[in-house]
Amino acid sequence: MNKIKRFLAGSLAVMMAASVMTACGKDEKKTTSGVDKDANAEAAKKGPIVLKKADRIKQTAEGSEDSKKTLRIYTWNEEFKDRFRAYYPEYDAANSTVGGDEFLKDGTKIVWVTTPTDDNAYQNKLDEDLKAQAASTEKIDIFLVEADYALKYVNGPYTQPVKELGVTDADLANMYEYTKTVCTDANGDLQGVSWQATPGLFAYRRDIAKKVLGTDDPVEVQKALADWTKFEDTAKKMKDAGYFMLSGYDDAYRTFSNNVKATWVNANYEIVIDDNLMNWVDQTKNFTDKGYNNGTSLWSDQWNADQGSAGKVFGFFYSTWGINFTLLKNAEDNEGAKDGLYGKYAVCEGPQNYYWGGTWICAADGTDNPELVGDIMKKLTCDATIAEKITDDTQDYTNNKTAMDKLAGDFASEFLGGQNHIALFAKSAPNIDISNMGPYDQGLNESFQGAMKDYFLGTVDKDTALENFYKSAIEKYPELKKPGK
Amino acid sequence: MLGYIQIGPEFVGLENFETLFAADSDLMKYFGNTFILWIMGFIPQIFFSLLFAAWFTDIRLKLKTGAYKVIFYLPNVIMAAAMGMLFFTIFSQSGPVNTIYMDITGAKAPYMFFEHEWSQRGVIALINFLMWYGNTTIMLMAAINGIDTSLYESAQIDGANPSQTFFKITLPLIRPILLYVLITSLIGGLQMYDVPKIITQDGQSVNRTSMTIVMFLQNHLYSKNYGMAGALSVILFVVATVLSILVFAMVKEREPKKKKAKKGGNK
Repeated sequence: MNKIKRFLAGSLAVMMAASVMTACGKDEKKTTSGVDKDANAEAAKKGPIVLKKADRIKQTAEGSEDSKKTLRIYTWNEEFKDRFRAYYPEYDAANSTVGGDEFLKDGTKIVWVTTPTDDNAYQNKLDEDLKAQAASTEKIDIFLVEADYALKYVNGPYTQPVKELGVTDADLANMYEYTKTVCTDANGDLQGVSWQATPGLFAYRRDIAKKVLGTDDPVEVQKALADWTKFEDTAKKMKDAGYFMLSGYDDAYRTFSNNVKATWVNANYEIVIDDNLMNWVDQTKNFTDKGYNNGTSLWSDQWNADQGSAGKVFGFFYSTWGINFTLLKNAEDNEGAKDGLYGKYAVCEGPQNYYWGGTWICAADGTDNPELVGDIMKKLTCDATIAEKITDDTQDYTNNKTAMDKLAGDFASEFLGGQNHIALFAKSAPNIDISNMGPYDQGLNESFQGAMKDYFLGTVDKDTALENFYKSAIEKYPELKKPGK
Repeated sequence: MLGYIQIGPEFVGLENFETLFAADSDLMKYFGNTFILWIMGFIPQIFFSLLFAAWFTDIRLKLKTGAYKVIFYLPNVIMAAAMGMLFFTIFSQSGPVNTIYMDITGAKAPYMFFEHEWSQRGVIALINFLMWYGNTTIMLMAAINGIDTSLYESAQIDGANPSQTFFKITLPLIRPILLYVLITSLIGGLQMYDVPKIITQDGQSVNRTSMTIVMFLQNHLYSKNYGMAGALSVILFVVATVLSILVFAMVKEREPKKKKAKKGGNK
């Protein structure tokens, strides 16, 4: 009996281990197909995903008296809070403490609900709370969305069109067209407004440019970066001089992903990998193999450090907010001290036109402060004086053509060594094309960058990396399909 | 409702299981990853725990162990996620480990720990080992202290050397506790989630070779694909049951032996 038991236990253990082992073995041998080129091309022809506006949900409960005197705002970082505190005229700075209780001049209490974007946490929180909005007595008034997933909320059931809040077409006339297109739902109603436009530029180090290219003049440097062939030639020069052209793998991603010919997902819910994204893959692999980049990932510690005075990286692709919000902080050795690389950066257009990011203000359907929300939208996004002041103070690029064109005439950024970068932005902002934007952009961009990293490192071949991308994408969005399947 | 698409609930029979066990499914790979990560941490864990437990309880060494017990146990007090973040920073591109490595070897480029399959797994295993060896040491010490000291004394008189007493007396007598440690660690290992999640940045890193089964399950929860996640939970339950039954069988096996030993003793 004993022997039988021992045998059983032993063989079970062996089987368990063996099942695990054979699985591993088989997996390594398994040949993965990667992208089926024909199926991918076929899928690209099917046209973009058809978006439909979801019906709004009837509010079943009214906001409580307390909620009516509370302005509840959902956000993921400090950017909008800073703008709101500094530029919303009704903000009661005297009676508010940042981090403590904050009020408007009429006594309305401001409640910030901050959830970081990491790992989709912000969207998960929004989805959950917006779903509960109709039956809740504590109403959300405003939530912010980013370009990558704006369409999800714009066409979702949880926003209130801005025209219902008293924001008229005349108010919106000065905005860049694309910022309105982003937040227009399938029925043509505008669901959100932004105070900023986010054309992208290439920010480079003046000292390195002088050493390697012999000049730090943006016009001359631009000539050395005018297209991708010249960009690569310059990268070689940087490498020879002991510098890196770019910090990491994903730095140039937006310049490619904004110039695609098809949306990520087609009308048949198939994932389409655009040729231009494969160009990014090929270029980044090439740059990595030749040592033109420092092998970092976007937002990693090293990537941030590369922008400081210890960095050896020539430049970064950054859009408007990146320059005044991220690069500036990273460039200074001591935050706010104007030391380190403060004044030693400059910007030029770079090889391709692109945009990156942007934040939109949406009114949550069922808000119990509609007039207030409308007023906030009008003041922060439509008012030319405020827009001009924001740009003057913070160097952010605001969403007001008149104000920006006026400033573009003469503007000097201290951080950029006296350069007038607003003029460059003003030139490229009207060219922003968002026709291939889709609701799945954020998740798919992240999965694509993550999966391709293995290929850049040489851990896996291109096909396996692409296969991993499909796997990750379909895990995230089970309704999507790999083309040809 | 685009963008809010939620899969189901819709009755699909066993379709989710079919998908999970399909030829192109990576389920077995993730089980394999989990097993490898667990065993890589468990082997050093049990080795050092036994070593320290044997030293600390040795009647001839007479070590004062109170402080060590506390120190060894301390890493376990820290939240696993915090440990993960700490080690992620320590081993990062510009972290202290790479600074020291470059200083000593004169290498120009840092070693990217989280971009190679085995170094990444090694760091995860290291964290698990550091977190759990103190716990195991204390458990084994309790077991060894429970052994009748007269056994050791008589062995010494008979001229047994320390390694003989360890292998012939200590080890056989703490077997039940060793089994307990094994099974709790195994079940714990099966649920490994927070450390690899943080180290691998979502499990994508390095060709999904450190994606554990629970991370895979979490991915389905993230996308609100609850049916699939449920199917995976059932599979996980079955595996845990099988493992537990296996251990029960092994524990039961011991009982007749005990009786035999007693009989021998009475004679």
